[in-house]
Amino acid sequence: MVDAYVVRKRGYFGQFGGQYVPETLMPALHELEAAYDEAKVDPAFQEELESYYRHYGGRPTPLYFARRLTDHIGGAQIYLKREDLCHGGAHKFNNVMGQALLARRMGKKRLIAETGAGQHGVATAMVGAVLGLPVEVYMGAADIQRQSLNVFRMRLLGATVHRVEQGSQTLKDAINEALRDWVTNVENTYYLLGSVVGPHPYPTIVRDFQSVIGREIRQQSLQRNGRLPDLLVACVGGGSNAMGTFATFLDEERVELLGAEAGGRGAGPGEHSASLTWGRVGVLHGARSYVLQDADGQVLDTHSISAGLDYPGVGPQLSALKDTKRASFVAVTDEQALEGFHALATYEGILPALEPAHAVFVAMQRAREMRRDEVIVITISGRGDKDMATVADAIGVKL
Amino acid sequence: MAGDPDLGMTESLATACEAGGADILELGIPFSDPIADGPEIQDAGQRALHAGTRPRDVVELAARIRQKTEIPLVLMTYMNPVLAMGLPTFAERAASAGVDGVIVPDLSLEGSSEIREALEALGVDMIQLVAPSTPPARAGAIADASRGFLYVVARYGTTGVRSNVPEDLRDRIIALHRVSSLPLGVGFGVTTGDHVRAVAAAGADGVVVGSSIVRRAAERRNAEDVRKFVAELARGLVIERRPTSPVLRDNNL
Repeated sequence: MVDAYVVRKRGYFGQFGGQYVPETLMPALHELEAAYDEAKVDPAFQEELESYYRHYGGRPTPLYFARRLTDHIGGAQIYLKREDLCHGGAHKFNNVMGQALLARRMGKKRLIAETGAGQHGVATAMVGAVLGLPVEVYMGAADIQRQSLNVFRMRLLGATVHRVEQGSQTLKDAINEALRDWVTNVENTYYLLGSVVGPHPYPTIVRDFQSVIGREIRQQSLQRNGRLPDLLVACVGGGSNAMGTFATFLDEERVELLGAEAGGRGAGPGEHSASLTWGRVGVLHGARSYVLQDADGQVLDTHSISAGLDYPGVGPQLSALKDTKRASFVAVTDEQALEGFHALATYEGILPALEPAHAVFVAMQRAREMRRDEVIVITISGRGDKDMATVADAIGVKL
Repeated sequence: MAGDPDLGMTESLATACEAGGADILELGIPFSDPIADGPEIQDAGQRALHAGTRPRDVVELAARIRQKTEIPLVLMTYMNPVLAMGLPTFAERAASAGVDGVIVPDLSLEGSSEIREALEALGVDMIQLVAPSTPPARAGAIADASRGFLYVVARYGTTGVRSNVPEDLRDRIIALHRVSSLPLGVGFGVTTGDHVRAVAAAGADGVVVGSSIVRRAAERRNAEDVRKFVAELARGLVIERRPTSPVLRDNNL
């Protein structure tokens, strides 16, 4: 007879999720789960997190009525959940702050993280500084090149950035290297994973810390409009801002949930990062989910104009939401994302990151087909400063 | 690593390893994202993939090797290529190729029952791994689930060449022998002949050398050199053995 604590098959959302990692990491995942379960119900932990959210992170972020964009489209009312105004310039802060407090509570002396666009790396560096924990960030060489500003920000914040030359030199390879670091230094190191991906309990932990987005949307919608929104739209790479937006509303069947994936240059292999739209079920980075892969199960290279969506996997819970049809997902091309970007700049004076620009485009499309008394909320997961060079390049401007 | 630089060379290397004194051959099926592996095996896997090596090619190679020798053959790969082929198909192909065991380093005990049952029904062993971080009760559960031998991960970290043998290995081996009657195969970072002999002296029943041979093969591209290298690794361990391979016997190697 084996103790239930010793062998546990946990962390599944339908057929998705699980813990597909080297045995060396399994006890660390058990330790993490136990520590999180304790912290979750500890009022002192929640209070400290809440205090950092408010006084350091600038929460709650506004729910803003985009009047001119709404008038321009002439359909449903469009609201923006302004995660771009969160400290660090993206929603990444919500998760990082929570996990860093958890790491400190667990007595871990060193934080490691992966980053794609650099937003998660910057947020981790930021929080490492404020809690006095050393931070090392793994980043693909290709991403370092296209997001050099964020690399500089991480270094200014005191983090060490490791350049990853393996594979496609993007986020997936950065996660591989972070996992290899963790398997080597698991005794004193906390792996601060940045999205709702990876082995259990990460998809749950990250979702819970990000779900502050949806809780605020609910409260702010009720306050302003006396009712819940009809449609929530968020971009999906790994899926942390989407799960953070959706989690609170999963049981509210009247609220439609829509995820915008990176359609890149089109449906061909290597041309996009739309795992839910064009992927098959597989195992990547410790979890079963939709994965972009070839017939032999080799993980494909991906493309997106936005580094933050450029990832061949996706969170297991989002995979389950696709299968149960509770949420739907569409692929938005690079060009369409730029259209969303320009619309928000032109009509609202907001330069969004290219990731949520995907969500803006699909929300504009949907708004046209909806009535004026219906309400859409788009999560603007980050601000666009980091993408200025990419946008300039896309429209043929030399900075 | 099968297919690095091509399957023909892998076949020659298999013969060379047996001639050099290997008792079990582990054939790697390359995977794009091998999170348990260090640079040597990652790079070899990338070269094999660039050369167009597919999982089914590796299973066919195993079948060809099986035609020549009775040496136990073990396939090593990750979960995703197995799922992509389909669990039943993978198990059937492995069994009909004459494969004796399978190692999947990203498959924890919790997720392993389905694949173990599929393989076991066809007489193929699912070999489980225990790590330095595995608590004793869990190690017992893993040993109960493992077939063939128990793979003892010698150290924290990935596979790869290393400069030492961990000091706590002897104590870990003693503890594992207490919870399991399976032979213990110890690997991860075992690099030189001296390491092999130290691991054997620490009580291991088998010693797994991967990265070091993969690197040597990649540097020299010469089967005879690898035979000598394996002979040096195995020196002092080979008690009295005849080659199981008819080819080797015929050539009086």
